[in-house]
Amino acid sequence: MSTATDTIESLVKQEYKYGFVTDVESESTPPGLNEDTIRHISTKKNEPVWLTDWRIKAFRYWQTMKEPTWQFVKYPKIDFQDISYFSQPKPKGDAPKSLDEVDPKLLETYEKLGIPLRERGRLAGVAVDAIFDSVSVGTTYREDLAKKGIIFCSFSEAVHNHPDLVKKYLGSVVPYTDNYYAALNSAVFTDGSFCYIPKGVRCPMELSTYFRINAAKSGQFERTLIVADESASVSYLEGCTAPMRDENQLHAAVVELVALDQAEIKYSTVQNWYPGDENGVGGIYNFVTKRGLCKGKNSRITWTQVETGSAITWKYPSCILLGDGSKGEFYSVAVVNNMQQADTGTKMIHIGKNTKSTIVSKGISAGRGQNSYRGLVEIRKSAANSRNFSQCDSMLIGAKCGAHTFPYIEVKNTSSSVEHEASTSKIGEDQIFYCNARGLSTQDAVNMIVNGFCKEVFKELPMEFAVEAQKLLGVSLEGSVG
Amino acid sequence: MSKQPILEIENLHAGVENKQILKGFNLTINAGEVHALMGLNGSGKSTLAAILAGRDGYDVTEGTVKYLGKDLLELDPEERAREGVFLAFQYPVEIPGVNSTYFLKAALNEIRKSKGQPELDAIEFLELVKDKIKLLELKDDLLKRSVNEGFSGGEKKRNEIFQMAVLEPRLAILDETDSGLDIDALKIVSTGVNKLKRPDSAQLVITHYQRLLNYIVPDFVHVMADGRIVKSGGKDLALELEANGYEAILKS
Repeated sequence: MSTATDTIESLVKQEYKYGFVTDVESESTPPGLNEDTIRHISTKKNEPVWLTDWRIKAFRYWQTMKEPTWQFVKYPKIDFQDISYFSQPKPKGDAPKSLDEVDPKLLETYEKLGIPLRERGRLAGVAVDAIFDSVSVGTTYREDLAKKGIIFCSFSEAVHNHPDLVKKYLGSVVPYTDNYYAALNSAVFTDGSFCYIPKGVRCPMELSTYFRINAAKSGQFERTLIVADESASVSYLEGCTAPMRDENQLHAAVVELVALDQAEIKYSTVQNWYPGDENGVGGIYNFVTKRGLCKGKNSRITWTQVETGSAITWKYPSCILLGDGSKGEFYSVAVVNNMQQADTGTKMIHIGKNTKSTIVSKGISAGRGQNSYRGLVEIRKSAANSRNFSQCDSMLIGAKCGAHTFPYIEVKNTSSSVEHEASTSKIGEDQIFYCNARGLSTQDAVNMIVNGFCKEVFKELPMEFAVEAQKLLGVSLEGSVG
Repeated sequence: MSKQPILEIENLHAGVENKQILKGFNLTINAGEVHALMGLNGSGKSTLAAILAGRDGYDVTEGTVKYLGKDLLELDPEERAREGVFLAFQYPVEIPGVNSTYFLKAALNEIRKSKGQPELDAIEFLELVKDKIKLLELKDDLLKRSVNEGFSGGEKKRNEIFQMAVLEPRLAILDETDSGLDIDALKIVSTGVNKLKRPDSAQLVITHYQRLLNYIVPDFVHVMADGRIVKSGGKDLALELEANGYEAILKS
């Protein structure tokens, strides 16, 4: 055994710089889940009857379902009665009419996270919807966007102001019957972002939602719905962080994307939920359903994700390629360190003719982390002349981690082609020494090698995000190699 | 004026897992000198290079190595590099996805930082490398490619010398840089190395064959066998070696 391998053990430590708690008085519903809880949430949000009914139907369906066990992750059984399903910072007087009236403590929180919301400091070129526990704190640039006919607001506002759109598309891509966590989300979702890009409009700025869990013992269940009308295009970013807590917290979100004829949606995620400590205590269970429907001809949906946080990640951002000539893409970097577990990948369902999909997945395992890629490429009989290319690469850092690949391929016609490439490599001591011999520290060397490994995915991220993602990767793997 | 010693190796004993490879190796290299170290395979040449650069997995059981008066063996490999020790690898390593320019800029800036000099930005760096890349007759696109990825054997070796040109080490150790080079590449590499010779720095050229020494003219030639230097001399020794073979020298 070389000394480098020995020191890997001693150096597994990591700092999570978003682990602070905002000291804000919040009102949470007591833990527990039944129809009253759901009616309570619905009433609290002043929802129309159709939505309350939809929630109740989802809840009843959920009760008939079993928690899935096929994923390659281990965790103690979740007590769904021990979670608070609604938590919001206590409103002071009337609801804030503009961001200037929002509790300064909340604005400070987002500033600390690098997401200034106030007019003066706002990020140029990025409109942000900030979600704090169960509610939206505020949305920037919405007036500017409204001039182009773009609707970007919290989900709750959309329910009231654009009920027709919400009613038409809610659950149209991920029905509440889809899976256990999607059903749960449909019953108890609290807020989220809504976005509609009208016909022929290219959204002039990046839209973004920043999710923050703050309250203890609460779960976060939000829903995002993005609709790009004919020939519209939008790039959407999502970021997430949470305080360091000893207990596990559940985050079960649903994201639905709909792209009509010629429309393009690019959805990028940098997921940095609290991953738990080096012994696997605490951390977020990130059980998320994300799916895009390429409904129209030649539409295109691109998922790019950088998953560095969460104790457990369970998500498969997928594309249903219904429109002829539509394209689905999935670019993913998933990092596990310490005791983290990830079971992530994608599904590409080819239904329309001449549809194309691309999958590039980069899994990095360090510490005692377990990383699984799980993907389905399904080419139906109707999807003549369709093509898929998949590439799944895994990198191992140290001797106690694991990388697993579960590809499923179903092709039902003879005119389509599917390619799958996979590789597993160990970060080489030779590579590290080569960098050392040029004056680079081992940590810098690892960051450089890992970033090189992920390059194909990072280049798909919007510029500002790519830089952030590279830094994040550095922090996540800090101390993983001696 | 007495010469400044750059490297002083005294009675070095070292090996891997109980196998002694270096058995009392002595060598002093002064500023401005080029030393050639020759020897058969397995004589310990590459082990010496690895130990000087600080590669893991070797045990030094006896002896000292001083670099500019400091205990070299106490330093981490990256510290050695920052202090001016450069190893041109016999087998340069590929780092997929890492841009060559970015890599070399990071390396140079580490060295500059340790000297208290300001770091170079991308534009200043490109200005600096423009001349150096011509020296090695390398294609410009090499800088845009990933470190050593998909390079031919010759390109990898030339890239090592190119890195050396940019990093300007005080002590350059060339570990069998000539192996795998055709005669044209050999000439280019040698010309590069000769041009990089400076009065305040030194070079240790490790080679198996005499032919490299037709182009890089050493001040001293040492023949190594069984873990130590058995014969030292001027550049004529290399010619003698070429004419009579190692056997004759080892017996004499």
